[in-house]
Amino acid sequence: MRPVQTIHALMLALAATLGANAGAHAAGKLTVYTYESFTAEWGPGPKVKEAFEKECACTVDFVAVADGVALLNRLKLEGASTKADIVLGLDTNLTFEAARTGLFAPHETDVSAVKIPGGFEDDVFVPYDYGYFAVVYDSEKMKDPPASLKALIEGDPGEKIVIQDPRTSTPGLGLLLWVKSVYGDDAGKAWEKLKGRVLTVTPGWSEAYGLFTKGEAPMVLSYTTSPAYHLIADKSDRYKAASFDEGHYLQVEVAARTVNGAKNPLSAQFLKFMIGTAFQDAIPETNWMYPAAATSAPLNPAFDQLVKPAKTLALAPQQVFENRKNWIDEWLLAMSK
Amino acid sequence: MQDDRADIAKGGASVRLDNVTFRYGSMEMLFDLTVEGSAIAAIIGPSGSGKSTLLNLVAGFEKAESGRVWIGGKDVTLLPPSRRAVSMVFQDNNLFAHLDVFSNVGLGRRPDLKLSSADEDAVSSAIAKVGLAGKEKRRPEALSGGERQRVALARTLVRNSPVLLLDEAFASLGPALRHEMLDLIGDLRDETGMTVIMVTHHPDDALRLSSMLFFLEEGHIAASGPAEQMLSPDGPPLLRKYLGSQESEV
Amino acid sequence: MPFRARQLSGILALVLLSLLAGGALMGLVFEVLGGVGGFTGFDSYIWRIARFTLLQASLSTLLSVILALPLARALHARPDFPGRSMILRLFALPLALPALVAVLGITSIYGRNGLLAAGMAYLGMHQIPDIYGLTGILLAHIFFNLPLATRLILASLDTIPEDYWKLAAQLGMSEPTRFRLIEWPAILRNLPGIAGLIFMLCVTSFTVVLTLGGGPRATTLEVAIYQALHFDFDIARAVALTLLQLALTLAILAFLGLAGRPTEEGQTFRTTTRRFDDPERATRLFGSVLIACGFLFVAAPIAGTVVSGASADFGRLLFEPVVWRAIMTSICLGAAAAFLSVLLALALVSSREHVATARGYGPARPLERVLDLGASLILVVPPIVIGAGWFILSRHYVDPFSLAPVMVVAVNAAMAVPFAFRVLRPAWDTMAARNNRLCAQLGIAGWTRFRLIDWPGLKRSLGAAFAFAMALSLGDLGTIALFGNDTVQTLPYLLLQRMGSYRTADAAGLALILGILCMGLMMLADRAQGDADAGR
Repeated sequence: MRPVQTIHALMLALAATLGANAGAHAAGKLTVYTYESFTAEWGPGPKVKEAFEKECACTVDFVAVADGVALLNRLKLEGASTKADIVLGLDTNLTFEAARTGLFAPHETDVSAVKIPGGFEDDVFVPYDYGYFAVVYDSEKMKDPPASLKALIEGDPGEKIVIQDPRTSTPGLGLLLWVKSVYGDDAGKAWEKLKGRVLTVTPGWSEAYGLFTKGEAPMVLSYTTSPAYHLIADKSDRYKAASFDEGHYLQVEVAARTVNGAKNPLSAQFLKFMIGTAFQDAIPETNWMYPAAATSAPLNPAFDQLVKPAKTLALAPQQVFENRKNWIDEWLLAMSK
Repeated sequence: MQDDRADIAKGGASVRLDNVTFRYGSMEMLFDLTVEGSAIAAIIGPSGSGKSTLLNLVAGFEKAESGRVWIGGKDVTLLPPSRRAVSMVFQDNNLFAHLDVFSNVGLGRRPDLKLSSADEDAVSSAIAKVGLAGKEKRRPEALSGGERQRVALARTLVRNSPVLLLDEAFASLGPALRHEMLDLIGDLRDETGMTVIMVTHHPDDALRLSSMLFFLEEGHIAASGPAEQMLSPDGPPLLRKYLGSQESEV
Repeated sequence: MPFRARQLSGILALVLLSLLAGGALMGLVFEVLGGVGGFTGFDSYIWRIARFTLLQASLSTLLSVILALPLARALHARPDFPGRSMILRLFALPLALPALVAVLGITSIYGRNGLLAAGMAYLGMHQIPDIYGLTGILLAHIFFNLPLATRLILASLDTIPEDYWKLAAQLGMSEPTRFRLIEWPAILRNLPGIAGLIFMLCVTSFTVVLTLGGGPRATTLEVAIYQALHFDFDIARAVALTLLQLALTLAILAFLGLAGRPTEEGQTFRTTTRRFDDPERATRLFGSVLIACGFLFVAAPIAGTVVSGASADFGRLLFEPVVWRAIMTSICLGAAAAFLSVLLALALVSSREHVATARGYGPARPLERVLDLGASLILVVPPIVIGAGWFILSRHYVDPFSLAPVMVVAVNAAMAVPFAFRVLRPAWDTMAARNNRLCAQLGIAGWTRFRLIDWPGLKRSLGAAFAFAMALSLGDLGTIALFGNDTVQTLPYLLLQRMGSYRTADAAGLALILGILCMGLMMLADRAQGDADAGR
């Protein structure tokens, strides 16, 4: 008896330490699958949860995985039996593939409040924020940042940039699509030229940004909104985004309800809430992206100092889905030469 | 490095510890003794009395804190082990497990094993002398305990050192085998004239080789004299007490 | 009967380990058969990265071992070297650091903006060191594995009986002869095991290879497996690649004669043998310089981590409940993993000794070889594959998220088994050699024997193995992430999360906390093992 009891007590203690989810209220519960940085304590998650629970008198359960890609994988693995009501955190490069799984239901929500550059229309997915990929540079080391993708590609190979791998990361894929949308069939040649300027290709954003802030390279691939973090949190304008003449590639983050979730009335309510001010107010300074709809107050003035792309670049989700493998192969070939 | 040893004439060399002190933990040791050339000395005493330390001081594995160590009339106090004219045989691990008998003996001649044909002859004859002819290619694991010690003795023979130190070298052998080994030592001493100093806990070893006996207690020599006399009923009471208690242990 | 039970326990441990890896692969295979795409074969890309994987792993192993040899010899020859025990503890740290932390530490020294570059600039040399490429990969792998190899070789040297050193001194062996006749045979017995372990650790390298590799030319199979499973969701390809990685590793180990050769001695923490040879001044000086270089090589990147960590706002960090919860979670999961790991290792060690004792002087039997190597092979199965496989297997029966703690514990335990095995083996074998006959004669067996005879003699070694396994588990990141459960937040997980949201200083602070925890555990392990040896 004794050992069994001890083990039981241990398990309980472990569960308590781990802060495992307590049994949810049967009455109203909404399960939201999302990515980790969304639910982190400084991310939008806690604020969003609090605001929506107040509004709906229900419980919001977040389940977080590593990133948007893992999110879709998780859903594919679970299939129709998924517990998710809402999946939040896919980006437009994944929506075509996601829709094809048949696991998502139309949003049936009035999305006229959504303002995305270049417009956004979809029956299933609802955007909640967006951002632009950009080359962020260290203004203390670089007085003369590139003013275009062309300048980046053809510039001094002594001034290096750290980029991410399109095989393993979303920003990496973003740069791949950016170059593709500017150079088209000449993308391979562009990569061959850019290669000399690339210090290294990291598996994810964190490694790249870590090397950049350590001073290993004066440039890194990130977002136009990255400097906002340093302006607001660090009170520093050292790191700036370079504005590119050809325009910047757009990343739109979306949410949708699953077929299962569509049966839960809370899911429609959440999508509507998501493009309302309570949700949108949390986005800029927690997710460090632009809100997809109106906020209750103007954004922190730091956001006014950011690069505003003259032109928005985006490839159609279906086109991305159909060509991704070939384009990655093209990238591999060019970068391995 | 052989030079220091070569200037000692073949045959035995005297060994002298001149007021040598050494500290082991909290125990202060003081040794003052002389063993004449070609003599056989047996060192007995309770465990922890400093028997092995005494041998280590002669061999140079321990350095005297004060006093001098003399071998063959030469002050070796500051010399490293390899430049002292002694060979030592331990209770275990005298042989390298991965080398055969021939190589283990050959090490005594040339520590890098680059043996000339003269060296090889010397090694072969030493192996024959200790009664192991024909077992040259065996590894130590294929030998009995007695045979392993014979290999170690063969090595001391090819080294040609005038002083042989035995650190309980036969302690793990049975009585018959031990006596056989002692007789071999006696023969080898008679042939080469080398000085033998042995640490043992069998007093009858000392009798068998008619040697000088040194009785150690708490780091100093408590009694000494010819073995027959020391071990007779008229011997020092100190020693009789030790022998009595040892017998009752057995 | 108890003898049979011991043999069985080892087989059981092996079965558990292979179930962990094999079950996952089976799960994935069933999924493929269920119709999620099919395997289309390996293209030239795969063969190219397979070549690179093996190349970098072989070079890393070779360099780590070659550099560790003189370093271990120097450390062995100088038991009185100032700070020696601290150096050896420090040498246990790199393996416990998350790869990202180690990589940033390395660049803070050897990178373009590192200490080395600053030093060169100060001396008027303006050539910026460029480590990105094979150089960087090798540098990082040597940073991880040189200390490991040094500790393992040092442990081999410690098995040389003191009498050998006396003999060497008396016979006047020269330095090269001493190496050839005394040290090399002792090292050689263990070298296959050591090299095999390091090789497997390098084969699966992921973050290091991509971040310091400079571009997609430097890609390992592990990257392709991750890509296949995570990005492309191509299960068939992931399974095929995992099998390829396993097969290639086995083939190379067999080719090098590293597989199936029983490792003779393991890792002990006792590291002072009395040496009776009196090295010449020049040799001593050379040894000191070597030790100093080795110390600097390992300590500098760690110091880089400490320096950047020290700038973190600990006043705030240490008052965040989430940080404390992460520390507690890490300790709980690490302790559970370490416990399981030690249990598995003990089963393997005792079973291996039983088989080896039974054969006497005959050649090693297949079971003995499998027990020796089998435990280590788990290192070559990517955690992401284990995670995904078990997710698929379990999803119909339980909530996969509730499995997260179990999986984290199981995978971490499995990954630490090869190391715990090496800590326990020498202690167990010594105990067995001493007690087997006596116990057989007195009829002490089974549980009674363990309680009365083995436990008192082994407990400190078990403690040391536990601490080492726990330190290794603390730094793990991979397993947690793949089960995607943000309710189980460990310290490295939190670290990566902060890193991912611009909070670099926080991440550096957390890395420092993690390092201090690991160092503390190693000091405990050291003390335990030191007592164990003193008690022998």
